Amino acid sequence: MNRHLLSAADLSRDDALLVLDTAEELAHLADRPIKKLPTLRGRTVVNLFFEDSTRTRTSFEVAAKRLSADVINFSAKGSSVSKGESLKDTALTLEAMGADAVVVRHWASGAPHRLAHWIRGSVVNAGDGTHEHPTQALLDAFTMRQRLGRLVGLKVAVVGDVLHSRVARSNVLLLETLGAEVTLVAPPTLLPVGVEAWPCSVSFDLDAVLPKSDVVMMLRVQRERMHGGFFPTTREYSRRYGLDARRMAMLPDEGIVMHPGPMNRGVEIAAEVADSVRSTIVEQVANGVSVRMAVLYLLLGGGPEIEAGA
Amino acid sequence: MSATSWVLRGVRPLGADPVDLYVEDGVIVDAPLSGAETYDAGGLIALPGLVDLHTHLREPGREDAETVETGTLAAALGGFTAVHAMANTEPVADVAGVVEQVWRLGQDAGHCDVHPVGAVTLGLRGEQIAELGAMAESAARVRVFSDDGHCVHDPMVMRRALEYLRAFDGVIAQHAQDPRLTDAAQMNEGVQSARLGLAGWPAVAEEAVIARDCLLAAHVGGRVHFCHVSTAGSVELVRWAKGKGWNVTAEVTPHHLLLTDDLVSTYDPVFKVNPPLRTAEDVAALRAGLADGTIDAVATDHAPHALEDKETEWAAAAFGMTGLETALSVVVAAMVETGQLDWAGLADRMSVRPARIGRLSGQGQPLVPGAPANLVLVDSEARWTVDPRQSASRGRNTPFAGRELPARVVATFLRGRPTVLDGKPT
Repeated sequence: MNRHLLSAADLSRDDALLVLDTAEELAHLADRPIKKLPTLRGRTVVNLFFEDSTRTRTSFEVAAKRLSADVINFSAKGSSVSKGESLKDTALTLEAMGADAVVVRHWASGAPHRLAHWIRGSVVNAGDGTHEHPTQALLDAFTMRQRLGRLVGLKVAVVGDVLHSRVARSNVLLLETLGAEVTLVAPPTLLPVGVEAWPCSVSFDLDAVLPKSDVVMMLRVQRERMHGGFFPTTREYSRRYGLDARRMAMLPDEGIVMHPGPMNRGVEIAAEVADSVRSTIVEQVANGVSVRMAVLYLLLGGGPEIEAGA
Repeated sequence: MSATSWVLRGVRPLGADPVDLYVEDGVIVDAPLSGAETYDAGGLIALPGLVDLHTHLREPGREDAETVETGTLAAALGGFTAVHAMANTEPVADVAGVVEQVWRLGQDAGHCDVHPVGAVTLGLRGEQIAELGAMAESAARVRVFSDDGHCVHDPMVMRRALEYLRAFDGVIAQHAQDPRLTDAAQMNEGVQSARLGLAGWPAVAEEAVIARDCLLAAHVGGRVHFCHVSTAGSVELVRWAKGKGWNVTAEVTPHHLLLTDDLVSTYDPVFKVNPPLRTAEDVAALRAGLADGTIDAVATDHAPHALEDKETEWAAAAFGMTGLETALSVVVAAMVETGQLDWAGLADRMSVRPARIGRLSGQGQPLVPGAPANLVLVDSEARWTVDPRQSASRGRNTPFAGRELPARVVATFLRGRPTVLDGKPT
C-alpha cells in the first residue's frame, strides 16, 4: 500500500474508484444527526499549512474530525525557508509528536515529496506550489460522477491558467486514469511548454470547445498573473476565456460548470454562471469533505488498501 | 614524501604501451637518476595533470561550504594539478587584493595550483567593469575573468570588457543566461518542468546570449569562453562561430554529459544546478560536440554547498553540485566507454585545452622530457561507488552518490611532487 498521496498519478484506476466509492458511503454520514465515526480514534492528523488556505484546511479538519482523529493545525506561514524553521526540522518535530498523517499545503512544488522522505506517517498533498492538488481532483471527479452518472468518456474542458495550476495538473492525470477526455483551454502564454506530453488535448478557442464539453472547469486567475504580462488586460482575458451566460448556453443540456474556488466573479466566471443551476461549486465544497474523509480513512484506517502507485 | 626523483615504472602515457617515466626536480627527464624512488605503476594510464577552468572554492566567505585547502585536496584526489577559482566569493574577487589572497591560499595549501578568476564587473553586478588590469598584473596573474553565477548581460558592458581584455590576452568566461528569460527558473523548461510544476529555464536563455557574444567577440576581436554550455543549440552556435574563425571556446560539465532532467522528478535538490540538467538529446549533442572539439574543455563547475542549503524544498535550495573527485570518472563513463574519446582525447579536453584557454604555460604539456612533471596516474580498470561521506570536499552534494563509476585516480604529481599516492593524499 502506498503510504502517501503526493500526486494524482499515485492512484491506479482501482485506487481512485475505491476512494470515490468510499467517499460516497461516507457522504451519507453527513445526513445523520451525529456526523461522526470512531474509525480514526487515537490517530493524529496534522494540518501543516505553509500557505493560507482556510477552505482546504477546514475541509481536511472537518474530514479528520468526523473520523474521530485528533487534529493539530500547524501553521507555518512564510514564503521562504530563510524565515524560521526549515521544512526538515518541522518534519522531525511532527515525527517526534507522533503524527500519523500530515496534510501539507506548501508554496513550493515537490515539498510534500521531500516531507515524505523525513517522516514515517502518511503525507497527503493538499496543494504544492504549481504542481498538484490530488484531493481537489478526487472531489472534482466525485462531483462529476454524482451529477452526470459516469466518468468514462466524459468530455471535460479545463479553462484558464493551466501553467500555474495544481488543480489542472491533478485533474488531467486523474481524469485520464478514470477514462474521461480532457481538453485544456487557455491562452498560449498560460500553458506550460511541454504540455504536449500530457494525456489531453489543448485548444486556444473556448467557443469551439464548449459545445462538445460535458463539464467545463474554470480555473482561478490569480491577481499576480494579471500583472505578469501573460495577457494584455483582465478585460481581454475575460472576453476570450471567461465563462459568461452566452458561453454557458453553448454547453450541452446536461453540461455542468465547476470551479475549485475561490472565484474571481466577473473575471473567469460571471456571477450569473456561478450561481446558476449548472454550477456545482457549492457541491464541490461539500464533496471535498467526503473525499478527504475517504483518503484519510484509506491511508490510515485499514479497510481495503490503496495500491502503491508510481 | 620527500623524494624529488621518481621512476614511474610501467605507465601507459595517454593509454599507449607501457614505459618508464623519470622525474627529477619537478621535470620529466629522459634518463633515470640513481637513488630515485621507484613507483610501480604497472598498467596505469598516465595523463598530463588535469586542469579545471571552473571551480568554486568558496573561500573567502563561505568556509563552511569549502575552503581552498579542502577544495584543492579534492582537486588533487580527482587528478587535477591546476584549478581556476571562481570569483563569486564574499567579498567578490573583483580587486587585486582578493585574487592575491586566494592565490596565496592555494600556494600555502600546495595540493594543486590555484588560479583565481577575476570578476568582470564590480560585485558581479554587471554594471561597472572591475580593475581587470590590476588583477592581471597582480601576483595572481589573472587571465580568466568571469561573473559566473551571473551573466554579463548588458551588451555594452560585455563589448567593452571583451575589447579591454585584448590588452593582456585575457578571456571572458561568460555565464550565458538571459536573466529576464530565467526569472525564478528552477529547471530545464520542457516536458519535465510542465509535469513537475517547476518554473522553466529555457534553452533559448543560454543560446541567445551565446549567439550575441560570439558576434560581439568577432566584432571587437576579443576572446570569449562559454562556461558550462548545456544545450544542443549552444553546441551548434559554438560550432558556427568556430567555423567563422572567431576566437570562441566552450566548456561542458561532467554532469551535463551524463545526467538528464528526468532526475528532477524526485525533487531532490542534489540535482538542482545552474544551468539545469537538460534532456537526453542535449546530452547526446554535448558529447558529440566534445568529441569533435567544438567544445574545447570539460570543466567541473564544482559547487559545494552547506548541507542546510540543499536539504530543503527544491525552490529554496542552492544551485550546484560538487564535481572535482568524480570528473575524470564521469568523463570516462560518458566519453571513453562510449568510444567517443580515447585517452589522448580525454587529456586534450581535460588538460591541454583548458590550460591553453587559461594561458597556463606550465600545465597541459605533453609527457616528454623537459616538460613540468604535472601528471596523473589512472587505473582505467577500477570501478568505484561514489560515497559523499568519503569526499575530501566539504560539499556532500554530489549527484553521483551511490553510482558506480569507472576509472580511479591513483596518483597525482604536481611539479614532480606527489599530492596523491595510492589514491590517498600524501
